[in-house]
Amino acid sequence: MGKVMLEVKNLKTKYITRFGEDVYSVDGVSLKIEEGKSLGVAGESGCGKSTLALSMMGYYFPPLHYISGDIIIDGQNISGMDPDKVRTTVLGSEIAYIPQAAMNALNPTMKIIRFLEDVIHAHEPKATKAEIRERAEERFADLGLGKEVLDRHAVELSGGMKQRTVIAVSTILSPKVLIADEPSSALDVTSQKMVIKMMKEMMEKGYIRSMMFITHELPLLYNVTDDIAVMYAGQFVEYGTAKEMVFDPLHPYSHGLMGSILVPEEGTRGMNLTAIPGTPPNLKRPPAGCRFAERCKYATPECFYTAPAEKMFGENSTRMYRCLMSEEALRAKYAEEGGASK
Amino acid sequence: MSEMKERKDYTKGPLCLSGRGVTRIFGSGAKANTAVDHVDFDFHEGEFVSIVGESGSGKTTLSKMLLGLLNVSEGEILFQGKPRDISTRAKRNEYWKGIQAIFQDPFASYNIFHKIDAVLLDCINMRGGKNLPYEKKVEMMTEACSFVNLKFAELTNKYPFELSGGQMQRLMIARIFLLKPKILLADEPTSMVDACSRATILDMLLNLRDETGMTIIFITHDIGLAYYISDTVYIMEHGKFVEYGKADEVILNPKAPYTKRLISDVPKIHEEWDLSTVDLSDDQY
Repeated sequence: MGKVMLEVKNLKTKYITRFGEDVYSVDGVSLKIEEGKSLGVAGESGCGKSTLALSMMGYYFPPLHYISGDIIIDGQNISGMDPDKVRTTVLGSEIAYIPQAAMNALNPTMKIIRFLEDVIHAHEPKATKAEIRERAEERFADLGLGKEVLDRHAVELSGGMKQRTVIAVSTILSPKVLIADEPSSALDVTSQKMVIKMMKEMMEKGYIRSMMFITHELPLLYNVTDDIAVMYAGQFVEYGTAKEMVFDPLHPYSHGLMGSILVPEEGTRGMNLTAIPGTPPNLKRPPAGCRFAERCKYATPECFYTAPAEKMFGENSTRMYRCLMSEEALRAKYAEEGGASK
Repeated sequence: MSEMKERKDYTKGPLCLSGRGVTRIFGSGAKANTAVDHVDFDFHEGEFVSIVGESGSGKTTLSKMLLGLLNVSEGEILFQGKPRDISTRAKRNEYWKGIQAIFQDPFASYNIFHKIDAVLLDCINMRGGKNLPYEKKVEMMTEACSFVNLKFAELTNKYPFELSGGQMQRLMIARIFLLKPKILLADEPTSMVDACSRATILDMLLNLRDETGMTIIFITHDIGLAYYISDTVYIMEHGKFVEYGKADEVILNPKAPYTKRLISDVPKIHEEWDLSTVDLSDDQY
């Protein structure tokens, strides 16, 4: 077992809306990422994936508020830290974040080198411009971006280039954890592949030590990350290695999610897509029982008032799922349906 | 794998929309940029066609020309066998009764000041239902909403921004269900919704085709999705169709190098995803 780079213990955060209502967007999430490993988080829109990423940085601004839980980065607990201190000591050097709209993250009036100066100055106020340029040129050349990019403006770059530039800028201080929030969702397949390749290379070269990758594209997660967690309504409902999660999903929600994968391979055409009916619950008033019960095909009356706890199973108990039904009962149900998942 | 779905062959029907040497050039002189370069196509009635290509390959320019929002620089578009005439406003309105579109961004597709009822009532009025009694209109709206698994009773008196992205996109399909155009042009309707809602939307489009027999032109960069849904696939690169044919033939047995690259660039489940085929110093992407 490698050194644990990031550990989150029972993290709870909420949004307070302008009407004073609480929305429990991340409700008891625990995870662990080891050095050199990556974790993928999958789930539908609005399930709290991005909020989880924001909460993990310890950088809280209204309407997002911290409730409880620990965020430990390489032995240092950052939960409850002052946001200004987080900005100068944690963000960028310990944990870096690539936002969902990275394409729009660059100020169009500034050259790329200015962003790098900004990032480095926040952490090392004494660094000179020449030093920064030297470091930036070296890093950019290593990542195949070319040092001429440094003197360009954001509008002169294509979508894929912009995305890779954002990644290079946010990782210039070699953070221990990189959180990538849908970095490739707005790109076409070839640009997406380049972004992924670059992230993998950064991992190999030690520029980042571990990664959390958020997306709703499951085939992508399967190819990029070591582990996959499926999130639903603010909680992880299942957790396991990428292979186990794709070929042997257990929770009814992940099972449904895996059934909606489309890849250009033989057999896809005749496939019945399994869409999950309904919408996720309103987190202003989270349901008392299982959060998925309303949309679950196999729900029993008990599911509506008993909240399931996290259960470990599998070889060495490394996998987790959150359902009242036993492993055997769920597997029997899927077998009955003719094994809709592959 | 569950049982295979039977699909009717729609590629033999009468011609619905075709193009001969359709070209669009932006700018002129030394700065001229040919976005769509002499493309020919034949879309049949009831056919599900996908146009697949990367960003900047000219897909959207082509779709705008098909919709009549952009002029054609060269060549002609034939609608139901006759050259398309949209020179006057009246003729253009007539043409738009036969062709409708769903766009990529559902959040930008609605007028935020109009309630959902107004959106759907507009469609009924446009189809000549202006003088129907209100009860009849509600019945039609309820039917359209239930077709896309929405409940009209829950939607009435709401504004579009109160819905989620997937619901908005489904409401768009309900609109099309009421309008029943000859052709539906869907420009990346699923790229902004998550994988789960995507499956629902795709199945609804297939049902819509089977129920009304309309031609659906589906524009996407996701070749896996195109393979699942379409009868015919056109692959577009730099404004040209480099390959086209039945979905099975094109995807399982690609001939053009561009098609091969597109397919190899999609992350797969049962095959190794080869990352070495891309060069990070390539400036184009």
